[in-house]
Amino acid sequence: MIALRINGEVHQVDAPGDMPLLWVLRDIVGLTGTKFGCGIAQCGACTVQIDGKAVRSCVLPVSMIGNKSVTTIEGIGATPAGAKAQKAWLDLEVVQCGYCQSGQIMSAAALLATTPHPDDDDIDAAMAGNICRCGTYVRIRAAIKRAAQG
Amino acid sequence: MTWFNALSTRLRALVIGAAVVAVVGAVMFWWLVLGPGPTDFAGGETVALADYHGVDPTGVPPELAHANLVQRGEYLARAADCRACHTARGGTAYAGGLGFVLPFGTLYSANITPDKDTGIGAWTDASFLNAVHRGLDDKGHWLYPAMPYASYTRMTDADALAIKAYLFSLKPVHAHIPPNSLVFPFNQRWLMSVWALFFNPDRRFEPNTARSAQWNRGAYLAEAMAHCGECHTPRNLAFALDNRAKFSGETQAGWRAYNITSDKVSGIGTWSAAQIAHYLALGHADGRGSAGGPMGEAVDNSFKYLSAGDIDALAAYLQSVPAVRSHLPAPKDVPAPASHREGVVADNPRGKALFAGACASCHDWTGVSPVMRYATLTGARAVNDPAATNVAQIVIRGLKMETPGGKVFMPAFGSTFSDEEVAAVANYVTARFGAEPSHLTPRKVAELRQQSAQ
Amino acid sequence: MSAVLEPSRRTFLKSAAAGSFVLAFHMPLAQAATPNAPQGAPTAPAGFVPNAFIRIDPTGETTLVMPQTEMGQGVYTSIAMILAEELDADWSKVTLEAAPPNEKLYANPVLTVQATGNSNSIRAFWTPLRKAAAGARALLVAAAAKQWAVDPASCTTANGAVLHKPTNRSLAYGALAGAANGTPPADPPLKDPKDFRLIGKPLKRLDTPAKVNGAEIYGIDVLLPGMKFATLAASPTFGGKIGHVDDRAAKAIPGVRQVVVLDDLVAVVGDHMWAAKQGLDALDITWNPGANAHVDTAQIWRDIKVASDQPGLVAKTAGDADKALAAGDRVEARFELPFLAHATMEPMNCTVHLTPGACELWLGTQIAARVQSTAAATANVPVDKVIVHNQLIGGGFGRRLEPDMVVKAVRIAQHVDGPLKVVWTREEDIQHDLYRPVYYDRLAATLKDGRIDGWHHRITGSSIVARWLPPAFAAYKGVDFDAIDSAADIPYDIPNRRIEFVRAEPAAVPTGFWRGVGPNNNVFAIESFVDELARKAGKDPVAFRRAMLTGTPRLIAALDLAAEKGGWGRALPPRQGLGVSCQIAFASFIATIAHVEVDAEGQVRLHRLTTAVDTGIAVNPDTVVAQLQGGMIFGATAALYGEITIAKGRVEQSNFHDYRLLRINEAPAIDVHLIKSGEPPGGIGETGVTTAPPAIRNAILAATGIALRRLPIDREVLAGRKPA
Ligand code: FES
Ligand code: FES
Repeated sequence: MIALRINGEVHQVDAPGDMPLLWVLRDIVGLTGTKFGCGIAQCGACTVQIDGKAVRSCVLPVSMIGNKSVTTIEGIGATPAGAKAQKAWLDLEVVQCGYCQSGQIMSAAALLATTPHPDDDDIDAAMAGNICRCGTYVRIRAAIKRAAQG
Repeated sequence: MTWFNALSTRLRALVIGAAVVAVVGAVMFWWLVLGPGPTDFAGGETVALADYHGVDPTGVPPELAHANLVQRGEYLARAADCRACHTARGGTAYAGGLGFVLPFGTLYSANITPDKDTGIGAWTDASFLNAVHRGLDDKGHWLYPAMPYASYTRMTDADALAIKAYLFSLKPVHAHIPPNSLVFPFNQRWLMSVWALFFNPDRRFEPNTARSAQWNRGAYLAEAMAHCGECHTPRNLAFALDNRAKFSGETQAGWRAYNITSDKVSGIGTWSAAQIAHYLALGHADGRGSAGGPMGEAVDNSFKYLSAGDIDALAAYLQSVPAVRSHLPAPKDVPAPASHREGVVADNPRGKALFAGACASCHDWTGVSPVMRYATLTGARAVNDPAATNVAQIVIRGLKMETPGGKVFMPAFGSTFSDEEVAAVANYVTARFGAEPSHLTPRKVAELRQQSAQ
Repeated sequence: MSAVLEPSRRTFLKSAAAGSFVLAFHMPLAQAATPNAPQGAPTAPAGFVPNAFIRIDPTGETTLVMPQTEMGQGVYTSIAMILAEELDADWSKVTLEAAPPNEKLYANPVLTVQATGNSNSIRAFWTPLRKAAAGARALLVAAAAKQWAVDPASCTTANGAVLHKPTNRSLAYGALAGAANGTPPADPPLKDPKDFRLIGKPLKRLDTPAKVNGAEIYGIDVLLPGMKFATLAASPTFGGKIGHVDDRAAKAIPGVRQVVVLDDLVAVVGDHMWAAKQGLDALDITWNPGANAHVDTAQIWRDIKVASDQPGLVAKTAGDADKALAAGDRVEARFELPFLAHATMEPMNCTVHLTPGACELWLGTQIAARVQSTAAATANVPVDKVIVHNQLIGGGFGRRLEPDMVVKAVRIAQHVDGPLKVVWTREEDIQHDLYRPVYYDRLAATLKDGRIDGWHHRITGSSIVARWLPPAFAAYKGVDFDAIDSAADIPYDIPNRRIEFVRAEPAAVPTGFWRGVGPNNNVFAIESFVDELARKAGKDPVAFRRAMLTGTPRLIAALDLAAEKGGWGRALPPRQGLGVSCQIAFASFIATIAHVEVDAEGQVRLHRLTTAVDTGIAVNPDTVVAQLQGGMIFGATAALYGEITIAKGRVEQSNFHDYRLLRINEAPAIDVHLIKSGEPPGGIGETGVTTAPPAIRNAILAATGIALRRLPIDREVLAGRKPA
């Protein structure tokens, strides 16, 4: 049994230590907002926050987490940066199929929390690891800037 | 010297010239041939194994004292890492066919499964010992020293035959090996007899009475089995190991085998014995980075199977190897800043962009991985090599290791990254995380792809 | 101008679809229920059910049934807008529901099957849905008028209520739900577009809120009590079979429950995906590669080139192409497009629960009805015993127009007790796709007075329609209407032209529809070639095109606007260039200007894509813009990186490290300019994909003088290390 603090709640999970957090969240805890896209840290669909830092959960062995706190897309709205990002995403109608957007928002929220007024370089550095097959990049960039304003 | 005085001055000059050339040639030749042996640095007195009264440094560790011949052979085959060379990419273990791309052609490793016509199924003990100790196959053909018999020659008959017993316990694989494609004169196998004559001592391991049992065990494992020197020791003009610079680093098949002498700057002199042991057994040591490429394979196929005692013996032996300074800076051991804006970064927007997209998720802008200790770059020798050879190779070929701590992998970007992109990302990585930035060029990357193609 | 064949989806739909179609719009859902499609046909639902698309319950809650699948293109919102517009429904009371599988009720009028694709959801449903809603509205008005005993003509509707202005009375639709009944008028009056209240407004999409907080349940997210998880490995070689499987190591892994070995695939079932994945890695599988072990891309290219030497079936001819091509000097070019994988962000998956005699499925699909019948056949249960829960889709792009994932999942589930979720790894997803086929285009043309006089275009490639919609393939006598789309009806006024199609199926490699379909190939080949012809004629590429666009004022307008906004003709630094492309595809008129830069190493940087579009009435203008923005990224990705290669009968790529997708820091700035129009809506979802690549290619030609003839862009060629 491993104890995980997810979105402020402690969960006891029965999982092998090398099991990536992604599958613990999706298949054991039942939080399916965090998505599987590639499993090799190349697409960002699985992005969560560990103590506020954007991390790819598909390659994060659950044993590495210890007592750090895990935040997922289901909980990010409770953080100021997360709420801002979600609102901007809706205001600018960023989403298409939406499958990548959990990860996009998790990365964007982490960026906004550390860099309240990101410029294009900051956005490139923080968001380049998140692929959007539907090609919503133009709006993602705009939404992050919008979120930074309001 | 009446005849000499009889000669015209011009002829005299010629003769003198010829004599000088001959002498210089001879001196150079003997300088090559009479180089020190791999363990000569240790000094002290060595004796034949039979006359040695200490703990037998050969054979299997105490854990396997009661194991049967095949089990002992399996352990020793792993210690000697036969598999690495005798298995083709994605091929069956020990069925051979791995290509060695050399400047003068390509060599293919032999099928050493007990298949009667394509493998070694028909070999006698004598012919097996001949191959391992003298570099002759069962037909009496000379083997190319890509087969490290100049190292294996130190292996005891008993250990070699245990390995044979293990190989013969495997399922025979019928697999023809492509013929070597070597250009003249390298396709003249008989020339290897000359090479062997001078460069293969054909002597079994001799313990050093002045050194500890652990050291002797480590020496036996390193020199007769793991053949570390075959990659880590520079080669001389005759393609033989130059033990004057033992373990000070060499480039093999497009990968850099780093300086593993006790030099504190360019070697591993600042590594603790525990760090060396971890690196060998796990392919990773905190603060020292991870093994990849051929060393990663050596860990995967060989070291990770060795007993803790044997790993410690190897570590102890490595630490005794005298320091040789090579052209490598002391690794930078502090992480890069968390912000992509700060830190030493060359003016390399493409490298940065590629790093942001494909690398930062695992390696982080700090170089300290948030997901896998194996992915931490800080302190790793590869990123502290201004040639960036291994960084480029890892980007091109990726990495797959089965460690006791689970699978470790890095995707291979070689098929989608252009030579320029590989160079750019490698230069960005060394500049950001290493002690000195590299200046790898697309052309050099193309060469590296060539050399490591197998 | 004599047309040998005039294939067009428009004509095709008239012949095929109409019959079954009338039904959906005039028969109340309850009556529409037929034994072979009971799902979603609630027996006599409470409230007002005028047809298969609208339900209004006594509280006024208005349920709109979505005949097309939402996969990111915003179609749920657009279709709801169309229905709500003519119904005058209260937008705040509208809820959406996925249509159940039912070819009779929900077939796409154009495709003739219940499928979402080809950018024609709105085109196909525009008029039928308006009529359906207007008919429903008429019934509500009639019911109110009857209660008030007034002339229906004196009643109006707004926001979910019938109003009688003269007497200031109003009745909410909910209140009329019981009273309204009867058969709606066949041809109810439709609104004058100037009276639209919803259509044409950039309304917020209804599906997005649940997609920004993780609440949306995609197929891959379905969780059922007692569910197990499986992942699979199908033969890496096309058509290969299992030789032997050693599963001892796999079974030893904690969480692994079962290893299912079928003739052509292995699946590992576990308590979670990780166990299944670990188990799969631990399997020692010997494959029998079978007959295709030798197939490789080089061979496929040799074959298709040979095939293209033969004359093809004539798709369209006008004037005397041969004569014109014989006169004057003839310009020729050949273009090659590679195999492509869809790489939808949501990997293939399907959740199956088999019970004796029945089958329940959860997945996101573009073909609900085919999925139902396929599952029935595979599980060997009656069609009406198969329930399909169609989820929103994490990327379709044509991949989910196929039921292969259902067949595999059901076959595996047949060996497992209880509900089973089968999830493809990304590697499996990329290596077992139905690929955008390779295409080989031979073009020849002659110029006269600075215009194209003779034109010959021979398209050689796979026919997906032949497999996917055989009646349509037969209807056109062997010409694949999709493969020649945007080529047979080339927008330029060329007096003498012949367009041919040669069907050449690539050995072993399965082919499928891929976002942009036929026009992907044709627009690229034509627009690339036309650019070269412009240079040959010594004309400016925009002017050259414009002069030949007689009769297509909508495209001229788009071209002029794109050229203006894209800064056409302005001077640029060395190694930078502007490129143009024009297209009429999916009934939308689009022109794009690309601004690119190519460095000495052949690296292409996309600065900006500027596009102007006349897509007729834009039901939701913001969605139209979004689809073009996304589509152009999708197209640019293919142009820069997209290629699937085959070696030893297997796909060489496996995941995003070797099947590269454009990232945000490579994405160009994109400007989309909508042209106001009163024409019926055109298609939009795929237009961006087809317009970007030729514009980029032509910009590279302008920047470097190098005329690329194949995609993806080869940086070695642009670096001058390889011939074009
Ligand atoms: S699923 Fe983790 S990065 Fe793609
Ligand atoms: S919205 Fe579909 S993948 Fe990003």
